[in-house]
Amino acid sequence: MSSQPLIVVEDLAKTFVLHNAESAAIPVFSGLRLEVGPGECVVLAGESGVGKSTLMRAIYGNYLPSGGAVRVLHDSAYVDITRASPHQVIDVRRRTLGYVSQFLRVIPRISTLQLVMEPLLENGVDPAEARERAEGLLTALRLPPAHWDLPPATFSGGEQQRVNIARSFIRNYPVLLLDEPTASLDADNRAIVVGLIRQALAAGAAMIGIFHDHDVRDAVATRLFPVSDFKAAA
Amino acid sequence: MNAMAKTIQAAPLLSVRDLTKWYGQILGCRDVSFELRPGEVLGIVGESGSGKTTLLNCISGRLAPTSGAVEFDTSRFGLTDVYGLSEPDRRRMQREEWGFVHQNPRDGLRMRASGGANVAEPLMNLGGRHYGKMRQATIDWLQRVELDTRRIDDKPRRFSGGMQQRIQVARNLIHGPRLVFMDEPTGGLDVSVQARLLDLLRELVRDLGLAVIIVTHDMAVARLMADRLMVMKGGEVVETGLTDQVLDDPQHPYSQLLVSSVLQI
Repeated sequence: MSSQPLIVVEDLAKTFVLHNAESAAIPVFSGLRLEVGPGECVVLAGESGVGKSTLMRAIYGNYLPSGGAVRVLHDSAYVDITRASPHQVIDVRRRTLGYVSQFLRVIPRISTLQLVMEPLLENGVDPAEARERAEGLLTALRLPPAHWDLPPATFSGGEQQRVNIARSFIRNYPVLLLDEPTASLDADNRAIVVGLIRQALAAGAAMIGIFHDHDVRDAVATRLFPVSDFKAAA
Repeated sequence: MNAMAKTIQAAPLLSVRDLTKWYGQILGCRDVSFELRPGEVLGIVGESGSGKTTLLNCISGRLAPTSGAVEFDTSRFGLTDVYGLSEPDRRRMQREEWGFVHQNPRDGLRMRASGGANVAEPLMNLGGRHYGKMRQATIDWLQRVELDTRRIDDKPRRFSGGMQQRIQVARNLIHGPRLVFMDEPTGGLDVSVQARLLDLLRELVRDLGLAVIIVTHDMAVARLMADRLMVMKGGEVVETGLTDQVLDDPQHPYSQLLVSSVLQI
């Protein structure tokens, strides 16, 4: 396996400017550099408010950085997420870059099974195979079959989170961003998710994660990355 | 093949350059430029009076701009300026390759014709002569938009607002357009009816690989439907970008105000 990094973050800076609050500028980080290779799980460290989620969102293209670059290896070429056109970013997200957030964005009337199958269908996987894989993953995550045909809007936090995890792990993304994926899970379910993460790492995925749970962090981290080292001056 | 596995191609389907519309001294929209690829969904957001509908009407060949160009990759002539075509050629292209879903179904339906005739009409306009085939296609489309096919001969006014809107959607998709314009398609509907129509539109857009330009003032509709957004204010585009980036990290003061004004439930 080549050791070429899958994610290269170069001199990344982010400052929020709130135009409707007297143009207050809130600097988060600057000059941030980070490389993540295959099989690595870099865990972002630092206290609440230091900019861990902001960094994740900037890497995903959800937040617009104020400077620097985020290069993701996509079809064996680097795409700078911060400058790519929307349709390029959508393509990178569809095939290369997965994101597991703490919250599931529920779409009215779409069943749990359909939601989990969706990333496979978008990539042209046969519906029968997509269904089989989705059912397998929901079973592994111990979500009762009685729930599968229901939209997850009324599920508990932990159940929604497991749907979210199934949706992200079904695709075997080469690059995964994990923002507290185990936050509202009990110990048994956390162990299952740790198993999924390790399996993906063994298969060569590159990951960046935020985990407040120390057991989970110790179980998956290959190294820690202190975001506060790049704190921008206010 | 599953149409959801579409890849967005490099060549633009629609190319808009420096589009400007003045109503005498009053500005409709100014200097709008963008490209749309096959299968892309573009949302145009902004408050009323911001020029969204003017822009949509100019792009869709319904309102001649004061200056600028709208080029569409027509099947007959290739990439062509829509307003450079003769009137009959432009109308033919609009009928064959485009759809337009109005906010008010009354603007998009013929209220004196039956629901079924409204859905079938585009096929007749395109030279369909086989009554049985057209009726079958109509029944298929009524089913796709989840309408009771036994009511095929009812007039639109006998359907509810949400049903009328679904008839309008079927009427605008039955002929297999490549580009569909939507002006606040869920605007006048109850929330539950709106959710149902949105799901339906979302599914159809993905399954058919349609390119869509949708005008809405509803940020939730924009997030659900659009790949990318243009934010308009005072006739000008103040911000563009990936939908979730514009909504979660808006850069322009007006976009920030727009996003922060959405009520949470």
